[in-house]
Amino acid sequence: MANTVLSIENITVQFGGVVAVNNLSMHVDEGEIVSLIGPNGAGKTTAFNAITGVYQATNGRVSFNDRVILESHPTGKMRKLYAGENADLYHKIIKNTPDKIAKLGMGRTFQNIRLFKELSVLDNVLIAKHMRLKGNLFTDTFMINYKEEKKIRQECLELLKIVDLYDLRDEVASSLPYGKQRHLEIARALATDPSLLLLDEPAAGMNPQETEELTALIRKLRDDFKLTVLLIEHHMNLVMDISDRIYVIDFGKLISTGTPDMVQKDQRVIDAYLGVAEDE
Amino acid sequence: MKKNTKILASLILAAVFLGLLIFIDNSSLKNSMLSTCLQKGAIYALVAVSMNLLNGFTGLFSLGQAGFMLIGAYTYGILTIPVTSRGSVYQYFDGGLVQFSIPVIPAIILAGIMAACFAALIGLPVLKLKSDYLAIATLGFAEIIRALIQWKQIAPLTNGSNMLRAFPTYDTILFPFIISAICIAIIVLLIRSSYGRAFKAIREDEIAAEAMGVNLFKHKMMSFVISSFFAGIGGALLAMFQASVQAKAFTSAMTYEILLIVVIGGIGSITGSIIASFLFVGCMEWWLRFLDEVHYIGDFKVPFLRTGFRMVVFSIVIMIIVLFWRKGIMGNKEFSWDAIAKFFKDPFGLVSKKKKKGEVK
Repeated sequence: MANTVLSIENITVQFGGVVAVNNLSMHVDEGEIVSLIGPNGAGKTTAFNAITGVYQATNGRVSFNDRVILESHPTGKMRKLYAGENADLYHKIIKNTPDKIAKLGMGRTFQNIRLFKELSVLDNVLIAKHMRLKGNLFTDTFMINYKEEKKIRQECLELLKIVDLYDLRDEVASSLPYGKQRHLEIARALATDPSLLLLDEPAAGMNPQETEELTALIRKLRDDFKLTVLLIEHHMNLVMDISDRIYVIDFGKLISTGTPDMVQKDQRVIDAYLGVAEDE
Repeated sequence: MKKNTKILASLILAAVFLGLLIFIDNSSLKNSMLSTCLQKGAIYALVAVSMNLLNGFTGLFSLGQAGFMLIGAYTYGILTIPVTSRGSVYQYFDGGLVQFSIPVIPAIILAGIMAACFAALIGLPVLKLKSDYLAIATLGFAEIIRALIQWKQIAPLTNGSNMLRAFPTYDTILFPFIISAICIAIIVLLIRSSYGRAFKAIREDEIAAEAMGVNLFKHKMMSFVISSFFAGIGGALLAMFQASVQAKAFTSAMTYEILLIVVIGGIGSITGSIIASFLFVGCMEWWLRFLDEVHYIGDFKVPFLRTGFRMVVFSIVIMIIVLFWRKGIMGNKEFSWDAIAKFFKDPFGLVSKKKKKGEVK
């Protein structure tokens, strides 16, 4: 059996009285491509943000490569307000900031592209390598470890070749066309040397042909970099084509899970996406 | 342009500038307005570049620069006043607490370190704030530092609200230029390094920078402390330039002057800050001075000209710059020989405009 890379147990994220993610449990095994789907506003991106440390989850536990990166239970005001389940299951609070989680090997992209807009394409990727540098402020400033700098530059150029941005390396990131910006986000996430790649709607706004190319790219990256991929996506063609397993959530709750075929036939999923006829 | 040509051109420019300075230093011009403006310009350039590192490259809108300059200036002054002169300087405090003096260069470095230490202390609570709130908090701290230094209880150390003077100054006007040049060179190297890239990433998008493994607090703190270090050195140089230092002078108005230089030069451009600081000091101290005096053309008394009118004109000039060059003189670009060459081949972009029109047809 393959190792579990990411394991999410009973995660609840509550903002005030609104439960955005409700008792979500899922796991991603090594080498898998797993999709998280659901109608708009189902809480997919919130779940992503809770995993990567952008939001503090209200309750639950997340382990990454057998290491607990997040554990939480309702405290303070939340103790009264809490509307989720399993309130007494966890007793510790373990928090990690996004940069620490990134350092552990979790790379991510954003739904609403968050590139460093005024910097060049190459600089965008180089920044992701910053945390892997061995030098300190002094050696970096006075170029004592210029060999390392040269090495990471070379690595970044290789990455840009893979996502087909090598020729545009000196362009300003905001001047790239939309699809290329998405590619650059993926390259930047790859530059953090991740073992798990989280893609938040990588195909949003792409035409069918671009989507197909992206599908091939994600597969290729998984194989070449020995990655595990967790993605959120609305393009069902891409999801059904690429995923080993799928989790479906609606109103923050997990409603179905399994292989693409199983999920497609699940009545609850069809209801969530198409709505339930009231007459019946 | 080839790389070698560019290096040669830069060297020639530097040599010409250096020659000019040496000439001024050894001629009767040494005490002229030109020399004063150049010296003050060099010092302001250093402080402006240090502020640009924080405001322009890290995207932290901080207004504490005058406070850190003050700490630098006072540290330098307190540590270097010769023991023999201490009696007269600290005349109300029995010669003061400090009864030793150290050489100039270590004192300048210590001035920077002292400012950096204060920045680290202030940064702990303040750097969690964002944009305008950070500006207000740092401005407040700068004012607190100014008030604190004039506090009676620590007067044996700082001479209270009295002046510090009699400390060693420089003999040659090259001195502030050399120190400023070294410091600015270090800042440029820093900005070009991996850390500089991380600073820019924070400026562009904090959430994305954090997701790429940039520790926000650590890097903001670094930028804040380094910026203050160089502001402290700038303060020490300013003390040497003025030959005396008094806390009263380091008001928030001084921070605004430097902010103005940064904005006029272009937020995120080192060369912009340098050029703007010389222009600013030139206008402020020299070229617009005539507006403060009463002039007659024949029998006609030119209206409006009186003390203070300079500042009115100056404000108008600044408004014009901000309105028409919204990104400052240089925008976020740096000086490059390519741009100069392009300008001489095709001034005001006339040729390329025509070309573009042709393409459209």
